[in-house]
Parts: sequence; C-alpha cells; structure tokens
Amino acid sequence: MAKRSTPELNASSMADIAFLLLTFFLLTTTMDQNLGMPRRLPPLIEDEQEKPPEINKRNILQIHVNSLDNLLVNSKPWEVTLLKDEVKSFILNPNNDADKPEKEVKNIELIGGISVSKGVVSLQTDRGTSYKMYMAVQNEIMKAYAELRDDFSRSRFQSDYAKLTEDQQKAVRGVYPLNISEAEPRDKGKKK
Amino acid sequence: MKLTRKKKRNAGTYSSSSMSDIVFMLLFFFMVTTTMREEEINVKIKLPEATEIAKLERKDLTCYINVGAPLDALQSKYGTDTRMQLNDKFSSVDDIRDFVAAKREQLSEADRAQLAVAFKIDRDTRMGIVTDVKQELRRCQALSIIYLADYPQK
Repeated sequence: MAKRSTPELNASSMADIAFLLLTFFLLTTTMDQNLGMPRRLPPLIEDEQEKPPEINKRNILQIHVNSLDNLLVNSKPWEVTLLKDEVKSFILNPNNDADKPEKEVKNIELIGGISVSKGVVSLQTDRGTSYKMYMAVQNEIMKAYAELRDDFSRSRFQSDYAKLTEDQQKAVRGVYPLNISEAEPRDKGKKK
Repeated sequence: MKLTRKKKRNAGTYSSSSMSDIVFMLLFFFMVTTTMREEEINVKIKLPEATEIAKLERKDLTCYINVGAPLDALQSKYGTDTRMQLNDKFSSVDDIRDFVAAKREQLSEADRAQLAVAFKIDRDTRMGIVTDVKQELRRCQALSIIYLADYPQK
C-alpha cells in the first residue's frame, strides 16, 4: 500500500492535439495558387535582312490600345466586352468576306483536310497603356480562341476541349492556331 | 494517518511519451513554413483579373519578376514610382540578364529549356516597363512567360 505508483498524466489525447495542430498549420499555410496566362515570346531576329513575311492586310485584325486605355479595332473605337465576338467572326469568316482572312486547306492528323484561317490578331499597345487593360484585351482574345476550340471539339469529338486527349487537343489547336502578334509599343501619349 | 502517507510519496513524474509528438509537430511545422519561404516582396502587387488562366505547372522551373509601386513603408526611401524587384532587391531591366542566367545555372541541363518567367505585375502598371522586360527576356532567350492573374472576384 505504501508504494503507490506515481500519478501519470493521461497522454493519449496528446497525440490528438498534436495532429490537430499539425493539420491546422498544414491547411492554413497552403501557398496561394499561382494562376496565369502562359505565352511564348517570339525569338529576337538578329539580322535585319531577314524581313518578316508580308501579310495580306485582310489577314490582320489590328487591335490598338492607346495610352488612355481606349480600344481601337481596325481603327474604330471598340468595347472590350465586344472584342471576343469580333475576334471570333474574324477567325471564322463564315461568309468568306473579302475583308476577312483567307483560309487554306491543311491536312491535320486525326481530322484530315480542313480549311484553316490565316488570320493574325495584331495587338499594339502604348507605353502608357495600363497592364490591367492589356490583360483584359488578352483575356478576351484568349476567350475567343477557347470558344472556337470548344465549339469545334464538341462538333468533332463530342467533348469539351479540356477533356480531349493530348493528340486531339493538338489537332484542335492546329485548326485554330493561336496567332497573336504583338507589335512594339508606340510612345504617343508620353506619360511619366 | 492519511497525511503522513502522502508525504512519503515521491514527486510525480510526467510521462515523456508525448514529448515525441510535440517534437514531431514542431518539426512538421517548420518543414512546412521553410519550404514556403518565398522572397519577401517589397512592392505592392494587385494582380489583374482574367478568366482564361491555368495553374502554373512546374514551380521549380519558374522565376518571378515583380513589378509595382514600393510598399508604403518603403516609399520614403524609394519613392512611389513603379519599380521592379528581382529576388529581394529593387533592380533595373539590365539586371534581368544576370537574374535569368543565375536561375538557369541552378537548373539541370534537361530542365534549362523549360525555364519559365512569371510576371507578377500590378494591375496599374504602365505597359512601358512591361515591354522593356519582355524585350530584355527575348534578348536572354527566355521566351516562355506567364502573366500571373487572378480570377475576378464575384
């Protein structure tokens, strides 16, 4: 009776507490996800002699954003929200208008011969354009391409573009290649 | 009777079995926080909004270029003009070359071609500096870029 065992703390719940804290920190410290729009810059042309190929005027959709964030499409004032449809009709050219881009028949794997638009979206900004506006315009152009690709995937493969296999996605990308050309910015509206 | 018995008892010892739990917990905590350590950002960045965005695939192959106005606390020292930050310090466009070269050096031979540069740029930045950065990257042959953006808030 005299030698009673030493009183012990019940440690069974300690592990629970430890795990609780651990999971708490694990959950709260998740890094903010980095989301972004990937792009590829054109390589720098070293020798000036090699001029870029001439592009027929009808194949270019000229988008200007000036230093006051005003949007011009083919020199006409435009709304950002309407840009997507303009880009879509420019690429699609459903009625084969003479002022919209030409098409050429290409042979694409999995799909076969199909007419592909030669259209190029040219985006020119000013040094004073805000990055917010630039991204908004880029986003609208991307949206147009995404919708075109989605529509085509649905009619051809009965599935959304995102759910296609890699080869199918590549084929769809071949039908609607992302042709965005970014001209050197102008410095019209000189601003600090 | 009862009182005398109690005096004989030796001092209660704490069980040390939970000690390992605590140590492991701290270990995990520090592991999590240290891998997270990104560069301290000294510029105010509010990313632009976009919907057509995808997740960054390989974070280890990405280097970040931050552009924005200096933080309020630093504005007395650096002014309010838009600045670019590489690693931990304010830099100029000319420093990009060394920055990209240093990042390339860290990567293995096979990964070097996949190096991507992420643009963490404040939405109110003017395009002038963005274009300068892009031109410099073209000169460095770092052609793969990502414009970081956020989904629009509802």
